Amino acid sequence: MLERGEVANSWRNERWDSLRLLTPNFQSRLPGLRYEGQDPDGYMTMGEVADFIEAFAKVSGAPVRTGVTVTSVRSAGGGFMITHSGGEIHSRTVVIASGACNLPSVPPLSEAVPAGVVQLTPLRYRGPAQVPDGGVLVVGGSATGVQLAAELRQSGRPVTLSVGEHVRLPRTYRGRDVLWWMDASGVWDQRHDEVEDLERARRLPSPQLAGTPGRATLGLNELTSMGVELVGRLAAVRDGRALFSGGLRNVISLSDLKMERLLGTFDEWATADGCAAEVGPPERFEPTRVPERSRLQLDLASGEIRTIVWATGFRPDYSWLGVPVVDAKGQLQHEGGAVTGSPGLYALGLPVLRRRKSTFICGIEDDAREVTGELARHLASSG
Amino acid sequence: MTAVTNGVNVQALLDAREVLKGAPEAAQFTWRASASWQSGVHSQIKVESFFGLGEEQNHQAESVFEADHPAIFAATDNGITPIEYLLVGLASCLTAGVASVAENRGIQLRSVESKLEGAHDIRGILGADSDVRNGFNDIKVTFTIDADASKQEIEALVAQSQKRSAVFDALSNPTNITVEVA
Repeated sequence: MLERGEVANSWRNERWDSLRLLTPNFQSRLPGLRYEGQDPDGYMTMGEVADFIEAFAKVSGAPVRTGVTVTSVRSAGGGFMITHSGGEIHSRTVVIASGACNLPSVPPLSEAVPAGVVQLTPLRYRGPAQVPDGGVLVVGGSATGVQLAAELRQSGRPVTLSVGEHVRLPRTYRGRDVLWWMDASGVWDQRHDEVEDLERARRLPSPQLAGTPGRATLGLNELTSMGVELVGRLAAVRDGRALFSGGLRNVISLSDLKMERLLGTFDEWATADGCAAEVGPPERFEPTRVPERSRLQLDLASGEIRTIVWATGFRPDYSWLGVPVVDAKGQLQHEGGAVTGSPGLYALGLPVLRRRKSTFICGIEDDAREVTGELARHLASSG
Repeated sequence: MTAVTNGVNVQALLDAREVLKGAPEAAQFTWRASASWQSGVHSQIKVESFFGLGEEQNHQAESVFEADHPAIFAATDNGITPIEYLLVGLASCLTAGVASVAENRGIQLRSVESKLEGAHDIRGILGADSDVRNGFNDIKVTFTIDADASKQEIEALVAQSQKRSAVFDALSNPTNITVEVA
């Protein structure tokens, strides 16, 4: 098991200071290790996540070789030749577990942003202290975007949030964490071959959630109340001006409707399952308040915006992968973790790899069992 | 689910989507219109041919549109104003979207009516106030839909139709425009 840095490297080194896990502690479970602290409903800090994964490395006895950077993987002799910072390994199978969030996905229009505006990505952002005084434009309304918009607004800076399609969720529903519902109701167990539009499911932005000690919802209404200005999707930067879509109202309607539908499925499940009495009564939430008239443009050269934070998602880095299995959009082609067209090559930890929960800590176990099962069968049959 | 008949061949659209995923060049369309000045602010616009699926295409017949301005603009009112054509385009695009999404979701439509209002401060085009834009300040579309579906399902139809609308996108997002003299 080759790790470029230390165990839990990206959790230690590539996350902002205030970030907490989106899943509550009781969902932090791996084979042979589960959270046993005093706060099952709380959310781990990055230090706690790193400790948890460190503990799992010990419990599992995984043969981790830290500080080893893989520089290439090529097909060779019925298997793969792995070149790394300390030499070469020939292996009959390889599992790619480097994740989907190696590089920030910054839109090309960022190149037209005037030079005086500081541009930051979540991988480099640590906290408000690092951001110049003055206005901030946060681009992107996923978990990252709403969390950074809130934190920067609380630091006293004027914040504008550019919102495209997004996923609205309350932090708690009927007295339980919304991710408890996702898990218990079976939504997270939905398999890759059952999901209606798998491509879309794999592209879905992370839901608007934050792990806070107060278990508070952090959506667009909360941001509006804090004084964050909402604008539509950033469509272009032209002559130093950011141009935003006039379609904000519709992306908000879409996510309100989707949330209502999801809560409806939770209610149906609770009634059918018989747990309805154990949880609180059904809740419905205020529709998202849409600004009467959102700004359609913003002069980036005027000094109003000093910093742009690109909360526009991440993409995997397969630049080291010398096997032609990555499509034109930079995504690994695979069927439930078995890489297409390259027997012996597998992946784990990608969005909806085998189930909706594939990228959550508690989702890896089922995937890993099935993928390693396939891998073992491959070894047995090609032996 | 009972078979619905909104008259949209959704299967053909879904098939096209699959085919064009692997053939992006065939998906490149060019829509055309040609206009000819009549007199005053009256012009006539004809639409017949377009390019798509890798070759020249034609509508079954040429369509001819008159564009002018009303009498209160001291004009001859031989046809609707150009900015009203934007409402025509938006209404027809969203309505087509509602029908298609409904067909795909198995929702039988009985009637789909919509009213569109574009708020326009004409001081912009007259050059009376340089802070006023030339185009619409706001567009409001109100649908009245009678269908075998809940209110929420109908709202979702309308939302999805905006999400996939060419004209909604063209009006709500900036577009590069090149105007040349031949």
